[in-house]
Amino acid sequence: MTTTTETTNATATATGTATLTLAKSITAGLRRSMQDDDKVILLGEDIGKLGGVFRVTDGLQAEFGTDRVVDTPLAESGIIGMSVGLAMRGYRPVAEIQFDGFIYPGFDQIVSQVAKLHYRSRGAVRMPITIRVPFGGGIGSVEHHSESPEAYFAHTAGLRVVSCSNPQDAYDMLREAIASDDPVMFFEPKRRYWSKGEVNFEPEETLPLSRARVVSPGSDVTLVAYGPLVATAKDAVAAAADDGVSIELIDLRSIAPIDFDTVAASVRKTGRLVITHEAAQSGGIGGEIAASITERSFNWLEAAPARVTGFDTPYPPAALEEHFLPDLDRILDAVDRVLGRPNSLSDWED
Amino acid sequence: MLRTTVSNSSDSEVDLLDDRDYVQLIDAEGRRHANPTLDRWIADVSDDQLADLYEDMVVVRRIDVEATALQRQGELGLWPPLLGQEAAQIGSARALRDDDFIMPSYRENGVAYCRNVPLDDLVRVWRGHAHGSWDPTEYRMAIPAVIIGAQTLHAVGYGVGVRMDGADSAVITYFGDGATSQGDTNEAMIFAATYNAPVVFFCQNNHWAISEPVRLQAAKHISERAPGYGIPSIRVDGNDVLAVMAATRIALDRAHRGGGPTFIEAVTYRMGPHTTSDDPTRYRSAEELAEWKAKDPITRLEKYFEDKGIFTDELKARVKAKADSVAAEFRAGCKEMVEPETMSVFDFVQIEANPVLERQRAQYAAYLANFEGED
Ligand SMILES: Cc1ncc(C[n+]2csc(CCOP(=O)(O)OP(=O)(O)O)c2C)c(N)n1
Ligand SMILES: [Mg+2]
Repeated sequence: MTTTTETTNATATATGTATLTLAKSITAGLRRSMQDDDKVILLGEDIGKLGGVFRVTDGLQAEFGTDRVVDTPLAESGIIGMSVGLAMRGYRPVAEIQFDGFIYPGFDQIVSQVAKLHYRSRGAVRMPITIRVPFGGGIGSVEHHSESPEAYFAHTAGLRVVSCSNPQDAYDMLREAIASDDPVMFFEPKRRYWSKGEVNFEPEETLPLSRARVVSPGSDVTLVAYGPLVATAKDAVAAAADDGVSIELIDLRSIAPIDFDTVAASVRKTGRLVITHEAAQSGGIGGEIAASITERSFNWLEAAPARVTGFDTPYPPAALEEHFLPDLDRILDAVDRVLGRPNSLSDWED
Repeated sequence: MLRTTVSNSSDSEVDLLDDRDYVQLIDAEGRRHANPTLDRWIADVSDDQLADLYEDMVVVRRIDVEATALQRQGELGLWPPLLGQEAAQIGSARALRDDDFIMPSYRENGVAYCRNVPLDDLVRVWRGHAHGSWDPTEYRMAIPAVIIGAQTLHAVGYGVGVRMDGADSAVITYFGDGATSQGDTNEAMIFAATYNAPVVFFCQNNHWAISEPVRLQAAKHISERAPGYGIPSIRVDGNDVLAVMAATRIALDRAHRGGGPTFIEAVTYRMGPHTTSDDPTRYRSAEELAEWKAKDPITRLEKYFEDKGIFTDELKARVKAKADSVAAEFRAGCKEMVEPETMSVFDFVQIEANPVLERQRAQYAAYLANFEGED
């Protein structure tokens, strides 16, 4: 391959802080990772001139050239499989999957190759691959564009699965994901791409990728969320506070492995646990958290953990998505339930 | 419906077409060129019938314009325009027998129109009311496939089923140039060749897969790939409705007669954006668009009619009246569409009872009941 685009002075390293959208903070994280390590290359569909359908890679091909920002043929198995080969050759591929629902043609390469090569080669081969996936609903889109497939990957040994919820985390977590020698599934909350926040480009200290964050301390109920629902959960914290209920909100960040130490410490304080995610309930992350916390902190629990999730249905057409998606009221209803206050299931028997 | 007067194609006939750039009967200037191989396949198409094809093309372009406007007005979430691909869709769809089955992608609104799919069903998906809106058995056309390439394998399975049933109908599957990169599409060709499936692989090479030019998917002509799988292929001017019809008839005839799969690359151009969300000015030049505008499939037919002195006021008026009435019905059907019921979120997940899901349904109903009387 030959470099066809001149590098320009746009590669100057960003310093200080800036207010950015979550999408642009990912762009900044990609740029910084590419500046720091010339083995980092991006590949995906429409990521070059177009800058990706969400413009996350906007400007990067002009800046780093067509060798390092690679538009691929339309084939997800190809994108992931080629990343495996590049990784074996010493590169750090960052693959973009255009939408959550398009990851499945690449599923085999992810679960059988990316996830297992280190194990299968008894540690001889590393897979420092980051797979970026815009995920989740709430954007009024057509089918296959609003899915939350994280549990499939969390169920696969060998993969780290993470999701960011705000611009600073997006920037920091992406850089750590790319620097990680393990493969990372990086789920980006697409409906929050346009939400803004302050980003410090050179933070003195960052929370390790595998750690959950206590977003706001509280004493009555522990609420666990990740990705797009952290913003919704924050609204729930505020609304509950008005009602005299103190919620401790945890942004999980790492979906695999889960930082159970942080969740358990919180539950031992509050005695009550609510978990929310957009993905369907059965076989989901919420069930894993409820079971693990029940196993390890049963004696501290004052109520059964409650899940607020998407239903066990395919993601519905846009006209119905508000019903599928957990929202403020459904979260508060579950908070009432774990507190033993009147709620929608008060009269429910069995 | 148009019927061919000729049958009996042979592989050598198809192979003959393979080494040209593409075959064409009516060029961009509206000039008719003789082509001994193709001509006999459309010898029965009279000027009146050509005018019907012209009407179809004008109508589906009008549907496209209306849908794009409806999207701009907030009535549709999204729309994938077929602007520029009218000849490829009408020429192929009008070559089909009623019992031939269609496995489309998401852009075949012109094909669906030919199958008399109700106009509001063309937009139900794009209005966000449903994932699929018609019964495939009723229209012998599957619902749109958004996952690129998936439908090509379905075509093979359906076709194998047709032959096992002792029927002689065919399956046509539509897909784009981008789709030819997917494993599914390549597997479909292998399976079709292995089982001699009665499938027409109809690739609309519109030169773009969102922002990616076709050269990123194929180093040589897309049509050159199929012979490697053992499938004869034809490269046809996809903006020439007559040539498309001829090519499709050849392919269908092979399928109907047990001759197996055929690949057609219809060389056309996506004159609009990928969808209404796309901004093609970011990645393609105005010159390229202008070059293809000059090869417009509808304009060339008008020139052809002009030259023959049959582009009469009567024809123009008839086509305009038809387009106007379809457009009015289409708009009304879109705007008057009834919103889906809330609890339909839980419908059609599966056929056998699922107690876990039923519990979720009942609990959600109880939850909603909490809000009754509020507003
Ligand atoms: C498996 C999969 N990957 C990616 C996409 C996103 N996507 C939708 S359309 C498209 C381009 C398709 O190009 P082509 O096959 O040429 O068909 P055209 O849109 O030009 O009709 C892409 C990448 C998808 N729908 N499915
Ligand atoms: Mg295309």
